[in-house]
Amino acid sequence: MMNKDIKSYFPILDQEVNGHKLVYLDSAATSQKPIQVIEAMKHYYEFDNSNVHRGVHTLGNRATDKYEGAREKVRNFINATSTQEIIFTRGTTTALNTVASSYGRANVAEGDEIVITHMEHHSNIIPWQQLAKEKNATLKYIELEADGTLNLEKVRATITPKTKIVSVSMASNVLGTINPIKEIAQIAHANGAVMVADGAQAAPHMKIDVQDLDVDFLGFSGHKMCGPTGIGVLYGKKEHLEKMEPIEFGGEMIDFVGLYDSTWKELPWKFEGGTPIIAGAVGLGAAIDFLTEIGLDNIAEHEHKLAGYAMNQLETIDGLKIFGPRDPMKRCGLVTFNLDDVHPHDVATVLDMNGIAVRAGHHCAQPLMKCLQQVATARASFYLYNTEEDIDRLVAGLRSAKEYFGDVF
Amino acid sequence: MSFNNLDQLYRSVIMDHYKNPRNKGSIEEDAVTIDMNNPTCGDRIHLTLKVTDGIVEDAKFDGEGCSISMSSASMMTQLIKGKKVEEALELAEIFSKMMMGEDYSEKYDLEDVEALQGVSQFPARIKCATLAWKAMEKGVKQ
Repeated sequence: MMNKDIKSYFPILDQEVNGHKLVYLDSAATSQKPIQVIEAMKHYYEFDNSNVHRGVHTLGNRATDKYEGAREKVRNFINATSTQEIIFTRGTTTALNTVASSYGRANVAEGDEIVITHMEHHSNIIPWQQLAKEKNATLKYIELEADGTLNLEKVRATITPKTKIVSVSMASNVLGTINPIKEIAQIAHANGAVMVADGAQAAPHMKIDVQDLDVDFLGFSGHKMCGPTGIGVLYGKKEHLEKMEPIEFGGEMIDFVGLYDSTWKELPWKFEGGTPIIAGAVGLGAAIDFLTEIGLDNIAEHEHKLAGYAMNQLETIDGLKIFGPRDPMKRCGLVTFNLDDVHPHDVATVLDMNGIAVRAGHHCAQPLMKCLQQVATARASFYLYNTEEDIDRLVAGLRSAKEYFGDVF
Repeated sequence: MSFNNLDQLYRSVIMDHYKNPRNKGSIEEDAVTIDMNNPTCGDRIHLTLKVTDGIVEDAKFDGEGCSISMSSASMMTQLIKGKKVEEALELAEIFSKMMMGEDYSEKYDLEDVEALQGVSQFPARIKCATLAWKAMEKGVKQ
């Protein structure tokens, strides 16, 4: 099923931008949505919309069934043991902040350590910075190798018995590097720390098995995996979630409310205060069905191929530098690069005039940009709907950028 | 491939300022210093202004950024040098209107800055062009 026809499921891709057929190479920022997801959300609003967990009426039951049905799909998608371990959030950022605010505040004390890496997205840096400041704890960074990968020896050297939390991205949104989460989790556990995985760039592209990885927490976003914006997931081991305090209080999450004291619902609802993101969950469920039908392994293979093809083609352009590991098997489907003498914003504008959408900037990873000694970079990211022809268009666009800026100089 | 659309944005005068920036550097003595960045893209400007008796006597800039942000800084320093503070602020307002695609006063000769008019057609790049001007406004008010 991994062929050109996949594009036909994505209505948005069938349009011209600035007089050229759209080539969308910014899926690492947000993916496009297949018709199946759009229809599922439309159907929900047209037939089932109601609030969940409270109505006696039929629509209320239907909405609840769909919402909780989506939770089961997520459980199955990441192979969690129970739906009690699946909390719907606004996205990866909320998931990571929940871990930092709830588990972190209760378990990190003065002098303790939190360990992250130099390749993290701001959403996996700042919650830990804030926690470290509040608790007088130390935030430590695992250094990267020259090719943008992690070396397990350096991981072992950074994590110590003082470490309480280790939080690492499963795949880097800039370098594309796929990190050895299972091995890092073992090192964290051997030192008595919990392992948090930022799955924002991994969940759309590869099979995740939380039991096999043995991570304590995992966060990911629906909108990067063909689902809608505004919905994401926090997975947590039940043994942790049971002991954790909610961070949002109000409707939906309570059991008994008195004048001066209240008790919480059981898992997972105690973490879902307020009317939940029902249509978003329905959309995410449809996205999971779509991805599962195609097969995550097929998607991963397709992206490794595209990454390899892209790197080979990009390297034929004089003065183009690629960041991150050269081995396409070590990275997810994205390539970050810079073109000599042409600033990435100018590159992105030239490409946009050719109908090609890429991202330019610091990609919410300012500390990593510092490591790479770059102010900004350009990034082309691929998903299941991209083809080698898209990459050929990118390469032609970059050549024209070079020609244009070469001419005027 | 046709470059007509791009030419609206990247006129040769812009490229000339990018490649050969005017007033590049830093004023060492008696200067107002402003550092500003564009957090969404990482562009950064370090602007120094020497203001004596209400007149912008000298202006220099340093920084990192795309062709639009750096050429705009170069043109801006060129234009405001020798102008009164009030005039510089008025020019900043005129420039802001130009970027929004609104009508603006033709009281001043905008010199090379005119070339940036096309930026208003590229909403994503307006912030690049206005960075230096925002820094200048902040600086002369100090």
